[in-house]
Amino acid sequence: MSTNRARRADTAGFVIAGLLLALALVIVWDLSNLRITSVYGLGPEAMPVVVAAGLVLLAAGNAAMAYKGELPAREPVDIRAIVLILGGLVALIALIGLGGGFIPATAILFAATATAFGRRAILVDLVIGLVLAVAVYLLFAKLLTLSLPVGLIERLI
Amino acid sequence: MDALAALTQGLAVALQPMNLLFALIGVLLGTAVGVLPGIGPALTVALLLPITFKLDPAGSLIMFAGIYYGGMYGGSTTAILINTPGESASLATAIEGNKMAKAGRGGPALATAAIGSFAAGTLATIGIVFLAPWLVRIAVQFGPEDYFALMCVAFITVSATFGNSPVRGLTSLFIGLTLGLVGIDRLTGQARLGFGVPELLDGVEITTLAVGLFAVGEALYVASRRLHHQETLEPVRGSLWMTLDDWRRSWKPWLRGALFGFPIGALPAGGAEIPTFLSYATERRLSKHPEEFGKGAIEGVAGPEAANNASAAGTLVPLLTLGLPTSATAAMMLAGFQQYGLNPGPLLFAERPDLVWGLIASLFIANAMLLVLNLPLVGVWVRLLAIPQPWLYAGILVFATMGTIAAKPQVIELTMLAAFGVLGFLMRRFDYPIAPVVIGLILGPVAESQLRRALSISLGDPLALVQSPISATLLALAVVALIAPFTLRGLARFKADAD
Repeated sequence: MSTNRARRADTAGFVIAGLLLALALVIVWDLSNLRITSVYGLGPEAMPVVVAAGLVLLAAGNAAMAYKGELPAREPVDIRAIVLILGGLVALIALIGLGGGFIPATAILFAATATAFGRRAILVDLVIGLVLAVAVYLLFAKLLTLSLPVGLIERLI
Repeated sequence: MDALAALTQGLAVALQPMNLLFALIGVLLGTAVGVLPGIGPALTVALLLPITFKLDPAGSLIMFAGIYYGGMYGGSTTAILINTPGESASLATAIEGNKMAKAGRGGPALATAAIGSFAAGTLATIGIVFLAPWLVRIAVQFGPEDYFALMCVAFITVSATFGNSPVRGLTSLFIGLTLGLVGIDRLTGQARLGFGVPELLDGVEITTLAVGLFAVGEALYVASRRLHHQETLEPVRGSLWMTLDDWRRSWKPWLRGALFGFPIGALPAGGAEIPTFLSYATERRLSKHPEEFGKGAIEGVAGPEAANNASAAGTLVPLLTLGLPTSATAAMMLAGFQQYGLNPGPLLFAERPDLVWGLIASLFIANAMLLVLNLPLVGVWVRLLAIPQPWLYAGILVFATMGTIAAKPQVIELTMLAAFGVLGFLMRRFDYPIAPVVIGLILGPVAESQLRRALSISLGDPLALVQSPISATLLALAVVALIAPFTLRGLARFKADAD
């Protein structure tokens, strides 16, 4: 990945083309699960066939662009920031899935995102996230009677 | 003159206190999200969909329209003061507007943007009043094959014709169409791309896709390149008011901007970028002060700002009369109609005239509210820009996930949200347009069912698609629109000029 920029651009473009091709293959493979029972006109298989064909053509188009080096110039990525935000999302999903409740999940996402954007005060941000989450919970779950996941903290409110 | 009679009735609906309140909430929210970088009107409507599910349809649709218009006003403030357009519709405004702000003429720039938006928005709304009933009369005669052909035109123009790269635009569209395949087929009840996961049988939620692409994707993208892009906020110095000379130089660009914006918005031609750049290029050519362009010419703010508001209004014409969204925000508004079981189109004009005309009438009210909100109160909005970026994006993600958690608190749905976020990040990084994905997901299944209906009426004869003169013309148009960008690179070159 640490080769010069022009070469890396090409590789990325070919990966995109490959992904589009893979998507087309998934659609075609999925067709085998359909029972074709159409009397007149088009059955449920027609649209997937059209979309898959389009994706194959576009994979070729994208590969051609990658070959000609027509991908836009990109800046170096701050991987740490991406990992932090996605980590915050994973923590939120895990907490919701395990019944940890809306408020702690949201507070962690808030603190992780703020840190990703360069803040260096994770404890302060956790508290701010907690306050925001409680406010949102009170407003939407209590006032607007939206159902938000309930955990330990929510039961106390 | 039944348009005027219908409008009067609509005004009675729009002036009900609750609907006025919804319009006010809409324009306030719209201006706020327009000002704030990172959130736009499409995302805001997407976030509000699960919350407004239980509300009155007329009220929430009026609110959504207010958000759309407000976003166009608010976007200009960000474009002028920090040179980071809140919306792509404000890209052209940023060119001259930020130069004016740096030269201490930020006040007049904001004023000409707000007054121009008001003038153009009002003119364009008058355009809706007269164009919509006429289009409805044509649309009544549309058969399923004509609707299918119309959607083909929209698919092509939105993704291929006017973007930077037709291949990238079409790639985005086909990703959206693929997502649209997921779920139970409406005609035969068979699951497609379900992978045995029961949660996928309902299909991909449009709000999950939109929020993932717009909110999570944008946050990831901005965070990933934060170290390389620092923004500076230009304080508003000097008088807020326009001089007599500013007025003299602004009024013609306003009118010309409206003339560009409304028809291009009303055609399925994809978003507000084209008319704003057309307007910018025209003003630069016609200006008596061409030397000022690039250094802060007021015409270069007045024209594009008028054009983007007029095009937002224009987008509502195909949305209301044909159920055809041509921008991301219009697509989210269509999802808003659908959540109440309403389908925009000629039938809606006949069955719910109170709702349709109430919505149109409320646009006049929203415009007037926005003029007041944006001229004297611009200082309040500027303070929103003082929110530190880490907290702003952390807050955006909190509300983005909350919408999904409230609608479907499932691990699968939230994982899809995160996955669409990664998709949105990659698409921004590799410069694939986002709107075609949303439009592909929402229009793909509709186009499919129209096509299958058309072919089952014709007993499977595909010639039915070209036997109707309307659909034959539209399909020919779609083919031309698909081939044109590959042969003429005119629009792309023109865009490069404007930068």
